[in-house]
Amino acid sequence: MNDWLTQAENWAFILIALPMVLGAWRSVTSRNVVHSVLFLVITLAASAALFLLLGAEFVAWSVVLVYIGAVIVLFLFGIMITRAPLGMETELSHSNQTKLGAALVSGALFALITVAVITGFGETEIVSNPTRTSEIGQSMFERFVIPFEVVSVVLLAALIGGIVLARRDPAEPGDSSSSLGGAQSAHVTAEGGEA
Amino acid sequence: MTGWEIFLTAAIKTVAAFAFLLTLTIILVWFERKTVADLQNRIGPNRAGPWGLLQTVADGAKLLFKESVTPRKVEFGLYIAAPVAALVPALLIFLVVPIGRPFHIGDRLIDLSGTDLNIGLLYILALSSLAVYAVVLAGWSSGSKYPLLGAVRASAQMISYEAAMGLALVPLILFTGTTSLKQIVEIQGGSFGDTFLPAWNVVLIPSFLIFFIAGIAETNRAPFDLVEAESEIVGGYHTEYSGFRFAMFFLAEYINIFNIAAITVTLFLGGWHGPTFGLGAPFDWVLPIFWFLAKSMALVFVFVWVRATLPRMRYDQLMSFGWKRLIPVSLLWIALSTLAIGVRRMGLPWT
Repeated sequence: MNDWLTQAENWAFILIALPMVLGAWRSVTSRNVVHSVLFLVITLAASAALFLLLGAEFVAWSVVLVYIGAVIVLFLFGIMITRAPLGMETELSHSNQTKLGAALVSGALFALITVAVITGFGETEIVSNPTRTSEIGQSMFERFVIPFEVVSVVLLAALIGGIVLARRDPAEPGDSSSSLGGAQSAHVTAEGGEA
Repeated sequence: MTGWEIFLTAAIKTVAAFAFLLTLTIILVWFERKTVADLQNRIGPNRAGPWGLLQTVADGAKLLFKESVTPRKVEFGLYIAAPVAALVPALLIFLVVPIGRPFHIGDRLIDLSGTDLNIGLLYILALSSLAVYAVVLAGWSSGSKYPLLGAVRASAQMISYEAAMGLALVPLILFTGTTSLKQIVEIQGGSFGDTFLPAWNVVLIPSFLIFFIAGIAETNRAPFDLVEAESEIVGGYHTEYSGFRFAMFFLAEYINIFNIAAITVTLFLGGWHGPTFGLGAPFDWVLPIFWFLAKSMALVFVFVWVRATLPRMRYDQLMSFGWKRLIPVSLLWIALSTLAIGVRRMGLPWT
């Protein structure tokens, strides 16, 4: 343990990981949706910083560009176009059953990823020299091309699923929101679901 | 270089870059007001100092001493964080732009840029995508209708045009084979064959145009200034800001204008390259800085010229221009330029 603490990289890791864990924790416990999203930004920024620590500049800045710069901004856009609450929200409090389910899923996911990382890398030493962008491109499009394509199919499925969940069929009988546009109709559905 | 020297050079460069940007803002605001006044057949500021040059200084001093009014319904932490979130990315982006030829002090080679990142282009795109947070946070935390409308507009607009901006850079990366700004500038030295035409990347004309248009949209300048459209939503996201907090938004806007101009010059217009007329020692590194600044100011003039010429777009026009024109055109251009570059490197497939 003493040996672990004397290395500068490990201190940098602690300095990055602590805000990351805190941000992740607060993003699920916060009582305001906008605050949750902003805590998620802290978590993602810290993960980008971890990639920088590993010398993977390209991946780090891609995380900033794609996740912080686009995905989270879309989240914020979605929240603001539907409702943008200031202060606390009471309807965000979940029942104990929901919390238990969430805890089980996240615990299982954590265990899965831990096992996968440990069996995958084991005792491999991290070589801290910068990774070249061309190497990343080559490994992504040569060795890992099939997982890469599978991931994009999964994303496509998620996209279609999202549309199906959010959009109510205009032809559905007794639907008063049929004349509204897509975004507004999604809003109405969400409100109706909670009522 | 020893660690101490590296630290000292970095510190000097950073402080110099910040001082440069802040001073430049003063000149840019004056330049814009004067130019718009000329284009609209007015006189413009002419009281404070020669040609009204000190007008911005006076305005800045006024904003510094004004009370920063805080409305009752704001979320205070984020309300204060938003102007900072506007200024920080604007200052950081400039650090990777090379503003002149590297020069020697003793036997050390000093780059005239904050740092030379291998993934410079990605860094620029990532940081400019962070600029939207300032607008969204300011709009949301103000707790008022008009800022919120401005924030909603901003997030949709910036995501749309950021996509076009990133796509416009793909042919450039394929063409130059690097994403480091220093190397991109070095590649643009010299001329095409035996002609007098400088070997600038502006031959990728569609990339240049798309990047610059998207840049105007990213900085929320007219005709894309729906985020702060005075006639529709008061001041947009900075309606509820006053005093120095407002001044920080203002600073960030002008620094961003210069950043877009400087980056466009670096990527497409040869950066600091320009004729040195074979002059001797001091001129071979003073003149490149002059060329860089002259080209950047020319593009800043285009910003102002566009603002004085074009009316503001309607929101649906903005979206359909972004998604139905700019992005399809850039995708088509990626396909065409990739084919052309491939044929140039490897020859036609049947030969």
